[in-house]
Amino acid sequence: MKKLRINKTTKNDMITYAMVILAYIVVQVLVSTGHVSSLIQGLLVPFCTYVIVAIALNLTVGILGELSLGHAGFMCVGAFSSAVFSLACKDAMPGGLRFFLAILIGAAAAALVGFLVGIPVLRLRGDYLAIVTLAFGEIIKNIINALYLGVDSNGVHFSMKDALSLNMEEDGLMLIKGAQGVTGTPNDSNFTIGVVLILITLIIVLNFIHSRTGRAVMSIRDNRIAAESIGINVTKYKLIAFTLSASLAGVAGVLYAHNLSTLNALPKNFGYNMSILILVFVVLGGIGNMRGSIIAAVLLTLLPEVLRGLSDYRMLIYAIVLIAMMIFNWSPNAIFFRKRLKQRITAGKQPKKEEA
Amino acid sequence: MALLETKNLGISFGGLRAVNAVDISVEKGQLYGLIGPNGAGKTTIFNLLTGVYQPDEGAILLDGVNLTGKKTIDICKAGIARTFQNIRLFGDMTVLDNVKTGLHNHYSYSTVEGILRLPRYHKVEKEMNEKAMELLKVFGLEEYADYKAENLPYGQQRKLEIARAMATAPKLLLLDEPAAGMNPNETKELMDTIGFVRDHFDMTILLIEHDMKLVSGICEKLTVLNFGEVLAQGDTQEVLNNPEVITAYLGE
Repeated sequence: MKKLRINKTTKNDMITYAMVILAYIVVQVLVSTGHVSSLIQGLLVPFCTYVIVAIALNLTVGILGELSLGHAGFMCVGAFSSAVFSLACKDAMPGGLRFFLAILIGAAAAALVGFLVGIPVLRLRGDYLAIVTLAFGEIIKNIINALYLGVDSNGVHFSMKDALSLNMEEDGLMLIKGAQGVTGTPNDSNFTIGVVLILITLIIVLNFIHSRTGRAVMSIRDNRIAAESIGINVTKYKLIAFTLSASLAGVAGVLYAHNLSTLNALPKNFGYNMSILILVFVVLGGIGNMRGSIIAAVLLTLLPEVLRGLSDYRMLIYAIVLIAMMIFNWSPNAIFFRKRLKQRITAGKQPKKEEA
Repeated sequence: MALLETKNLGISFGGLRAVNAVDISVEKGQLYGLIGPNGAGKTTIFNLLTGVYQPDEGAILLDGVNLTGKKTIDICKAGIARTFQNIRLFGDMTVLDNVKTGLHNHYSYSTVEGILRLPRYHKVEKEMNEKAMELLKVFGLEEYADYKAENLPYGQQRKLEIARAMATAPKLLLLDEPAAGMNPNETKELMDTIGFVRDHFDMTILLIEHDMKLVSGICEKLTVLNFGEVLAQGDTQEVLNNPEVITAYLGE
């Protein structure tokens, strides 16, 4: 009995890993045989970005059970911190090592911001938490939009006003140019690295869920009062999960930043539209279901490109899909309907399950 | 010395004196009942004992240690575990994981060890699985280990809640209306379970109950509350025959 259970969760995880690897092989074969248009090829790294950030958000929404609308903000922090690092060290070290360090820096910076944001935010619950994370996401994006950062022989300069007030020497290097963002980031990321990062993210999240810490986090989600009564430190475990989630969103940002030569903090890529898009991935894929998030992220990024003609209605369609999914998942009538449907389908198969 | 002692315990909510000057003393190994009409303050006392509310006055001593003003988590660590009137399980987690969560503070490895699945993770998880299965077996729930907790039948959910509370290795177990919503058969089974827990774990149990059959069947001592104050206290039969208690319960 016990063996069976362990095998079941491990098997589920293995299927998820295998699915990602299989998808990678299929795409590589299609690319090398020339079946993939250059448009889609350009989208391969963004695919990976969205998948990672969807998994990260699913950790907050599905496992911690709190709605965050600020994950684009954490992505933004990861993207800019790592882009600045890569730009500053462009010639100082080999590409591989630099990108590896950039990932660590992006993850650490996003984790730090996630931790700081989490301290006040996680005291709230439900809708209030969602609204405040939304606000923090926007604040992060707007601060970065107004930030000027440069480095010269005198050290690091930064300003929130304009480039001139940095007072840099002639030979100085501009790192962040306010709304113009970061230009000249080395193009270190590619599809293979993206898939490897997806796998690492998956391993971290799935192992986290099946660990002692993960159980504590899920117990808070299921019943906070009961969790407290058996000695679970609610604040601590909420913060751990939120910080981990933010840091993984930061990794997605790193991947995103190193795929572009110019990185701007636009509403389109790091604004609340993006946060909601990620939430759509999570809801559509199934809350708490990592495999679903991956599939939803890929499908929802791919579909708009295939159905270019409908691109004007994209946000409208997302909103409708989101509402429909929520009704399907949580409306009592829909739940009843699904149960009946399930019973009818499985009626012949396992009649014994509900006994005793 | 008594295991649990409350001295002059009291709390007000606004103008309402919910609990006033309650002294309860539970000896080690005792099965102690707390009864009273609706709104008498029984659950409030449980909430005071477990740190959900802080008392306005009075003291709570467990094994001679003063727990007054401590937080829920610290009280759990000090050795008081409880179940709830309306069952509070971790519904979306498996039965086994519910109990393993109860073991949380007794087995430890760090988050990083868990993510990287270092040897300590495997070793401790194995110990936790064994311990949790052992507990599930005691409560006859081992065959449900893989079920989601919310899919268990009602009576088994009650048992699981007790199993989870026992996983925290408490000195004192508080049961809040364990027989609420149960049919006579389930109540009978529950009485056996409670008696078994007391004997098997050598546990001290304080329970709130409305079912007089259960109370007179297993409780050794009783405290009767009415309007937040102690109406009667003593041996079960003595208390249940007390005319004042009968009046409070059945009316004049």
